[in-house]
Amino acid sequence: MDTLSNLADGFAIAITWQNLGLAVLGCFLGTIFGALPGLGPSNGVAILIPLAFSLGLGPVASLILLTSVYYGAMYGGRISSILLNIPGDEPAMMTCLDGYPMAQQGKAGEALSLSGIASFVGAFIATWGLIILAPQLVRFALLFGPAEYFALFVLAFATLGGVSSTNQAKSAFAAMLGLGLACIGVDTQTGVPRLTFGEVHLYDGIDFLVAIVGLFALSEVFIFLEHRHGKADAEGKKMVIGRLTPPLSVLARCTPTMLRTSVIGFVAGVLPGAGASLGSFLSYSMEKQIVDREGKTFGKGDPRGVAAPEAGNNAAAGGALVPMLSLGVPGSGTTAVLLAVLLSLNITPGPLLFNNNPDVVWGLIAALFIANIVLLAMNIPMVGLFTRVLLIPPRFLMPAVAMISFVGIYGISGSTFDLMLMIGFGVMGWVLRKLDVPLVPIILGTLLGNVMENNLRRAITISNGDWLTLVGSPLAIGLWVVAVVGFLLPIVIGRTVRARMRRDTEGSTVD
Amino acid sequence: MAINSLRAALAVAALGLSAGAATAQDFTPEQPECIAPANPGGGWDFTCRQVGRTLQDLGLITATMQVVNLAGGGGGAAYAEVVNERNDDDDLIVAASTATATRLAQGAYPGNTMDEVRWIGSVGADYGVIAVAADSDIQDLTGLLDMIRDTPENVAVAGGSAVGGWDHLKVLIATSAYGIDDPRAVRYIAFDGGGEAVTQLLAGSVQAFTGDLSEAIGFVESGDIRVIAVLSPERLSGEFADFPTAREQGVDAIGANWRGFYGPGDMSDEAYNGWASMIDTLYASDEWQQIMTDNGLAPLDLQGEEFQAFVADSVAQIESISREIGIIQ
Repeated sequence: MDTLSNLADGFAIAITWQNLGLAVLGCFLGTIFGALPGLGPSNGVAILIPLAFSLGLGPVASLILLTSVYYGAMYGGRISSILLNIPGDEPAMMTCLDGYPMAQQGKAGEALSLSGIASFVGAFIATWGLIILAPQLVRFALLFGPAEYFALFVLAFATLGGVSSTNQAKSAFAAMLGLGLACIGVDTQTGVPRLTFGEVHLYDGIDFLVAIVGLFALSEVFIFLEHRHGKADAEGKKMVIGRLTPPLSVLARCTPTMLRTSVIGFVAGVLPGAGASLGSFLSYSMEKQIVDREGKTFGKGDPRGVAAPEAGNNAAAGGALVPMLSLGVPGSGTTAVLLAVLLSLNITPGPLLFNNNPDVVWGLIAALFIANIVLLAMNIPMVGLFTRVLLIPPRFLMPAVAMISFVGIYGISGSTFDLMLMIGFGVMGWVLRKLDVPLVPIILGTLLGNVMENNLRRAITISNGDWLTLVGSPLAIGLWVVAVVGFLLPIVIGRTVRARMRRDTEGSTVD
Repeated sequence: MAINSLRAALAVAALGLSAGAATAQDFTPEQPECIAPANPGGGWDFTCRQVGRTLQDLGLITATMQVVNLAGGGGGAAYAEVVNERNDDDDLIVAASTATATRLAQGAYPGNTMDEVRWIGSVGADYGVIAVAADSDIQDLTGLLDMIRDTPENVAVAGGSAVGGWDHLKVLIATSAYGIDDPRAVRYIAFDGGGEAVTQLLAGSVQAFTGDLSEAIGFVESGDIRVIAVLSPERLSGEFADFPTAREQGVDAIGANWRGFYGPGDMSDEAYNGWASMIDTLYASDEWQQIMTDNGLAPLDLQGEEFQAFVADSVAQIESISREIGIIQ
């Protein structure tokens, strides 16, 4: 009851005309930041910090603006994933896998609406999780030492095989490539530069955004150039937009998916160092193992394959606020920026935040609810508008994609080196697509490789070189078991299913 | 809320007027620009933005300070850019901190040295702390250092910087002042930022934490961790006065993470002195003192030649420690 009255106080703080206006503005800008390749939630929030300061907004108003941008960007990332096969930011990567095929089948409107609803469900559940469970969850996060984190990342890689491509060897190759790319940069455990060739821009490693925009967006442009070059009528094939909202039957089929993946995403978000990308990835791969063991529909435009990662990544966005508020530890790049904002507003996140600044905490939570509802209300009617993008002839669309990619990447780092690197990734993406190598495992390897390696080495250093520390707690053992099962299950099941299918076809020919 | 922000806007406007009338200087940058050598949201970014905003509020600069993020190489990309491309730009300053000095000392900006730029001034410092979990058996700094000396395999120390970075060096300054000669006795575990390091201290993965005061303060207030030493010359003021210094425990170790600026090497003397006096005026203002209090920054008021000499000392000191512990040859 105490919680509810606190929440009511929060709404009383949050609901003023000024704050509602800021929420709408933030949601709108966030959606755009999320949808543009290269500009993710963390950059979106960072770009708007000066605005919040120069408007002289108080702590609650600033947080409302910035968290609206945060949630908005998490929503917006899916739009370009579905329409263009270009993820707007890292967590939206998984949405490409089924969202783009759906759009190709003329179900773009359906996919957009469904993913909007899934985003809402994920964020809504996560916000309740934040309210009810924050104190307990902090204790849960403290169970994770370096050894447990390492097991968690192994789990993510173990389930990779189930995610993309029919050819497991190519998936594995792509993941190795990603892990190799993650090695570039100064090694934090020894301070030694690796694979940097004396190039100072490579000391910090490769920025994921550069890799994503190059691999997905630019390679798309190259492929377009290759296919359309020299043709006078550089028109794409006629796109069908179809209905704008999913039929109720599809929604009903996706509901269990959304509920399950919201929980998975939320838990991944709560763990600092895991974050939204891991949340959407685990949501997708777990869901695939639950509802599509035969590998028949996922990856070919299954609505559940759109709902799962979207509910997962938005739930993770909410979950990531738990460690940020109660431990002062950011669970993702965006929460790192939000943390810096809190500090500069003279609010110290940490165990005492809920006691010292209840107005800020509950105002923020109320703002999350408001942002979420505003986003749903804003996104569903705008689906029709978004889908118009598909009607733009590619000869106009593709140059625009290239332009936005370049401006976006240059805007973050201000370095021409990153632009060259992005072009390099574009060429690499083009070659890999020709070879039918999936791109998602590359990004996953790059994203998770460093953290995985660092946690392994931390664990081993702490234990004085004793490798048994990796299975030294019940939690770690549990994670290893899930990882092994997750790795073996698709192989075993795939074999029996294939065998059964063979029997079936033989049986039918006999009949 | 609306009324509050209106009031704030009025206050800012009034402040701008009075300050604008009071100050007159020879040098005013036409297009002031501050390079933050990291992505938006980090410490350098905030140094640029807060100083830029306050300079404008005080009327010291007339145009808005443009903040450019030039990330890469832990500040090395920005350093190379300034030295190679912008060497005579009078309107440009770049945010720097002890991390910059550490990397310069260790040769981590390939081909660059600290003499290639002009060091303008500092805006404050964050003193290092060494802390343990509230329920730890370790009572004080000497207790921890004894453990490191006698049973190094039982002590792991967590910090937010890479191996060889400033958080690591702070602990090494303390151990070397205590007469522990082998730096390898200290098992330092690098985490991504001080927050993560403190969390692992709470989780029981490590036995001690080394970092800046501002990173630890939330957990000290909540009673989760205990500061066993602050690496300042004398006790800090106000609510931090309870923390014992390393010095009073017989360990002569001081470690401050300063924040400040450098400018291009061929910046004119007029511009250099102009920027130094602007930072001086900024430092003395009530607005900046408030920001320092809010952010837990300790005093470090050095501008112009004084600051240049301070950075040179700081680089030399870090170089000799790094050489001693074998990070550089």
